[in-house]
Amino acid sequence: MAEGKSLRVAYGEALAELGAQNDKVVVLDADLSHATMTSIFAAQYPERFFNFGLAEANMMGAAAGFAHSGLIPFASTFALFGTGRAYEQIRNSIAYPKANVKFGLSHSGLSVGEDGGSHQSIEDIALMRVLPGMTIFVPCDPLETKKAVFAAAAIDGPVYIRVARPVVDVITVEDAPFIPGVANIMREGVDVCIIATGLMVKDALAASEELGQKGIGASVVNMHTIKPLDVDCVLQMAQTCKAIVTTEEHSVIGGLGSAVAEALAGQSSVKFARIGIQDKFGRSGKPEDLFKAYGLTALDIERQCLSLLR
Amino acid sequence: MDDQALLEKAAAIRTDIVEMLYRCQSGHPGGSLSCVEILMALYYRVASVDPQNPSWEWRDRVVLSKGHGCPALYAILADKGFFPREDLWRLRQIDSHLQGHPDMRKTPGIDVSTGSLGQGASVAVGMALAAKYKKARYKVYAVLGDGEIQEGMVWEAAMSAAHYRLDNLVFILDHNGLQIDGSNEQVMSLGDIMAKFEAFGFKCRKVDGHDIGGIAGAISAPADGKPLFVLAETVKGRGVSFMENNAGWHGKPMNADEYGMALDELKGRHHG
Ligand SMILES: Cc1ncc(C[n+]2csc(CCOP(=O)(O)OP(=O)(O)O)c2C)c(N)n1
Ligand SMILES: [Mg+2]
Repeated sequence: MAEGKSLRVAYGEALAELGAQNDKVVVLDADLSHATMTSIFAAQYPERFFNFGLAEANMMGAAAGFAHSGLIPFASTFALFGTGRAYEQIRNSIAYPKANVKFGLSHSGLSVGEDGGSHQSIEDIALMRVLPGMTIFVPCDPLETKKAVFAAAAIDGPVYIRVARPVVDVITVEDAPFIPGVANIMREGVDVCIIATGLMVKDALAASEELGQKGIGASVVNMHTIKPLDVDCVLQMAQTCKAIVTTEEHSVIGGLGSAVAEALAGQSSVKFARIGIQDKFGRSGKPEDLFKAYGLTALDIERQCLSLLR
Repeated sequence: MDDQALLEKAAAIRTDIVEMLYRCQSGHPGGSLSCVEILMALYYRVASVDPQNPSWEWRDRVVLSKGHGCPALYAILADKGFFPREDLWRLRQIDSHLQGHPDMRKTPGIDVSTGSLGQGASVAVGMALAAKYKKARYKVYAVLGDGEIQEGMVWEAAMSAAHYRLDNLVFILDHNGLQIDGSNEQVMSLGDIMAKFEAFGFKCRKVDGHDIGGIAGAISAPADGKPLFVLAETVKGRGVSFMENNAGWHGKPMNADEYGMALDELKGRHHG
């Protein structure tokens, strides 16, 4: 198993690697290059790195300008300030004209930890998901983060990559495909299907393991692309399994759980539950304490599966 | 409190900041240490607040728009008796009311929730307008970071402050010259800050941001019916020599050696 690392480090390294292959790639940041790790790219390609200071709205608008000029901008800051403060720039200057802008936004979700609720974006997927033409990747480990960066560059149009802060073990394999909009089935079982994204994939795998010990077969779907959602996979799972549980480090409103619910509505009567942040803001604390307090652990997933199957 | 007592208090506040940040192994030492005297000038000299009644309607309002500097504010609020001093040692821990960034719904004495930079400036404008509407005489003080004023919304706030002739509003800039990725100059140059605020219709003054008396004087003197801008020249990391003027200490946890060195230095200054 390859060594674990922070997804933002994997993101910064991938940008530098991509930059070596493609001189159209430019990187923008808003005074957080040492947090988003675009600093790795900046050190190698200073002439293609642009720091906008604390001015996220200006940065996103400028990213559209780069794209309109034939370049491939990757703009980075924290998920909250990128999708939040610069929302309308993304909406009208990037998504509406289908500008070829990528934004890798770090420090998403509760795993930001001690900085607290003002910095924990629990709504970024929802905000991006309502924009027509937006692609959304939520990688689960360093390998997938790198694949997401390269896949984003290959797409013509806006792409949001949600990059979590913690150090994460590698849980996927080098030659696993990363096809936008095609989910990866990591475990197969016929009793229940856990559809997970981002940091929750490892907990879904752990829960599946525990359920297996109890004689319950749990599929695990790694939904690395939230949009376009792999609806075929969701409906397939609804036929094979007796229940579906989604899990994400995001509000249950508007994220993966909502997207899966929308796919199932009117199509399936499979038992269904969503694990995620239950319409609350975050708060300060160590990430592991917060995941417990907000019901986002492998144990919570296991219990939810058991209760649906009961 | 006389000037000597204030000096000792400043060293004690810095010691508290170092203690709090060492315990939680996260947070922002540089920007907390640079705004100590600015906040002390407000809380020990200028602002009228009541620790027994934190939501007293006619109090002056203090908006720490650069919310990441809150350890300094928490130490001062605890010293003034807004909440027990022991609370300080649970900063940023789960179930503590002391959040990583100020939370007006959790911590007594916090007037505005901040942390997303730039927004405090606009909230302060709204409070100043509300005070005028209510014919109240309280003032609104907002403390901003120099990186923070790169946010476009700060200039929208400035424009509206002058438009509405908010002579009850004071912006104090913690001008330490640094942000996260380096100096203001390297990251996004600010140009002539005084001239800019003057052009936006503010009365402008420049002070030594570590001289409590000087700051207090500058923010209390009349401002010719205009909103007031006070540029406080500060040192990021002030008081802990290895942190001073070093952007690397914006948001880095101290190890045990660094913690020991910081405390020695602050205690040394305190006693002599
Ligand atoms: C809108 C927004 N963008 C980015 C950040 C992340 N951030 C926190 S502090 C900081 C640098 C602030 O620099 P400055 O205002 O100069 O603060 P100081 O030097 O006083 O610490 C940044 C970019 C934030 N909190 N809010
Ligand atoms: Mg600064």
